[in-house]
Amino acid sequence: MNIHEYQGKEILRSYGVTVPDGKVAYTVDEAVSAAEELGTAVTVVKAQIHAGGRGKAGGVKVAKNVEEVRTYADEILGKTLVTHQTGPEGREVKRLLIEAGCDIQKEYYVGVVLDRATSRVTMMASEEGGTEIEEVAAKTPEKIFKEVIDPVTGLLPYQARRLAFNINIPAEYLSKAVKFMMGLYQLFVEKDCSIAEINPLVTTGDGEVLALDAKLNFDDNALFRQKDIVAYRDLDEEDEKEIEASKYDLSYIALDGNIGCMVNGAGLAMATMDIIKHYHGDPANFLDVGGGATAEKVTEAFKIILSDDQVKGIFVNIFGGIMKCDVIAEGVVQATKEVGLTIPLVVRLEGTNVEAGKQILADSGLNITPAESMADGAEKIVALVNEAQ
Amino acid sequence: MSVFINKDTKVLVQGITGSTALFHTKQMLEYGTQIVGGVTPKKGGTEVEGVPVFNTVSEAVSQTGANASVIYVPAPFAADAIIEAVDAELDLVICITEHIPVMDMLKVKRYMEGKKTRLVGPNCPGVITPEECKIGIMPGYIHKKGHIGVVSRSGTLTYEAVHQLSEKGFGQSTAVGIGGDPVNGTDFIDVLKAFNEDPETEAVIMIGEIGGTAEEEAAKWVKANMTKPVVGFIGGRTAPPGKRMGHAGAIISGGQGTAEEKIKTMNACGIEVAETPAVMGETLLNVLKEKGLFDKCKTHFYQALGTYTIKKNENDFTSWEGMDIWHNIL
Repeated sequence: MNIHEYQGKEILRSYGVTVPDGKVAYTVDEAVSAAEELGTAVTVVKAQIHAGGRGKAGGVKVAKNVEEVRTYADEILGKTLVTHQTGPEGREVKRLLIEAGCDIQKEYYVGVVLDRATSRVTMMASEEGGTEIEEVAAKTPEKIFKEVIDPVTGLLPYQARRLAFNINIPAEYLSKAVKFMMGLYQLFVEKDCSIAEINPLVTTGDGEVLALDAKLNFDDNALFRQKDIVAYRDLDEEDEKEIEASKYDLSYIALDGNIGCMVNGAGLAMATMDIIKHYHGDPANFLDVGGGATAEKVTEAFKIILSDDQVKGIFVNIFGGIMKCDVIAEGVVQATKEVGLTIPLVVRLEGTNVEAGKQILADSGLNITPAESMADGAEKIVALVNEAQ
Repeated sequence: MSVFINKDTKVLVQGITGSTALFHTKQMLEYGTQIVGGVTPKKGGTEVEGVPVFNTVSEAVSQTGANASVIYVPAPFAADAIIEAVDAELDLVICITEHIPVMDMLKVKRYMEGKKTRLVGPNCPGVITPEECKIGIMPGYIHKKGHIGVVSRSGTLTYEAVHQLSEKGFGQSTAVGIGGDPVNGTDFIDVLKAFNEDPETEAVIMIGEIGGTAEEEAAKWVKANMTKPVVGFIGGRTAPPGKRMGHAGAIISGGQGTAEEKIKTMNACGIEVAETPAVMGETLLNVLKEKGLFDKCKTHFYQALGTYTIKKNENDFTSWEGMDIWHNIL
């Protein structure tokens, strides 16, 4: 799960990680009064969307007085920002962060991630702050330093010191930088983060170490024990169908094509998209109904697929293991009866209770095209969708 | 021979009284797996499916002599269940549960360092040695005994590969689902090593997906150590970057973990990669022919899998029943 920068900074603050003073604003007036409250010489107006690259897209402006805050807030609120992470349709700005400007001495990078190769949380730091860390990794990998953290001890002060020295943070900032890193690690672990990235971390003229930006990402599987994080969820930033799917524990991702897919298992769901493409079709979505699906869940999945006007045909590809084919079949029949089906439907069933599943479909009297393998199914749905057009 | 499990493996089911666990306990028993006990706190002393239930894993082990366990415990309690099984010194723990928080798995992995237990999973379909022992949730009937090792990050893609092999007459030594999570117990290299040492296994199918670099590392290991042919498949060629494709581990981020990169490395390490998931079996067969292993690995003639019954018009190729007949003729 993603959250906004201003929310991330609230969490950082609660872990003793210093951030500039700031307030969220939903309107121009709120932005102005926030700036007045801050009372700093320079104020930064920052668009709050769940995507990086805001600065380049004109979503971050430095205001020298309250009037400029009004001008910039008016300009950015309601604007659709297109960045390399939003896709071509962009994202509308509905919230702003009004933040105190600061006297930046130097920019650094600090990030906490899970290193899959070692199964350890790892803190990375670099003195090349402000640029994408991937870019630094590609061009000057020697400028990235890592500390692998043992879950028993957590990040140790010497490791934080070593990072700070390695990235050449001046000695007078050392103890603040160490406190910053320790807090960031603690937050990462206690809040079940999957990424905690501070880019840039800055040293300021008045001796502070501040997080100028904050990108926090959380492990969806741990949200059951992170109620305060769930409260930060901004549904405006998510795809409507993805929200609907998440209510039923379905893993759904909207794509651009016209062939709706319903598959069990993430691997098979990905492979199904791949094979549709292979036959020159275009998948409209990734949808994994998961292991323990009920007929009701399958019905909802079907409704979500059908709610996409782009969808001109549906391919159901099921290889039952934990998922039983008869359950899928019941769900498909129930859903088609409820929603009505006017577009081609190809169903491939295999695995646990396959006979019962096929029987249910055959007895339903619905216009369902059976497929005997995933290749056969993909070929058939692509042909049927092409015919219909 | 086989890897990890065989007909002598004695299995405990942790969380046996849950509905999913019950269903699959029944399936495992029918397959012939020796399920010697179940564990559900507070249900000790009862019996399900003729299997005695215990309150704790250590009690179950001392009463039954179990050496393996399979976990169906819900995600919030699964890490605890794994550690309980490791603490009881089982040889093998297979965790089916999905959606376990990564932070929990980090602690589990740390706890397991230096312990004798092998963990497979979590978020995996389990392990099967055909016609001997099935531990997990895979449909047993698609598997045939033979010489092909299968290892995969994805459950359903494992079934897909096994199905293609069995259909073509090529049985499997063991199929191992290592699971789709970023932190798991057994990785590709562990399984490849085991297949390399297993006299029954002649060749291996390795099925990966986008995200991480496990496939690349495995490919390099294959090049350096493997004496048997390996073919592969990578799911998610068409996945957009930055989107988590169901599995917690399946995400392309920072330009890393793309299918292209994985396929390139695998090819460079001598691993033939199937173009589509539909030709995983075919790709392996071609390699077997090249290496002169085809006849050795052919274990049976094509046979219809499962127990299809023919009821209606035998010439009706569009009905499900008709499809099976058509299938039989091929």
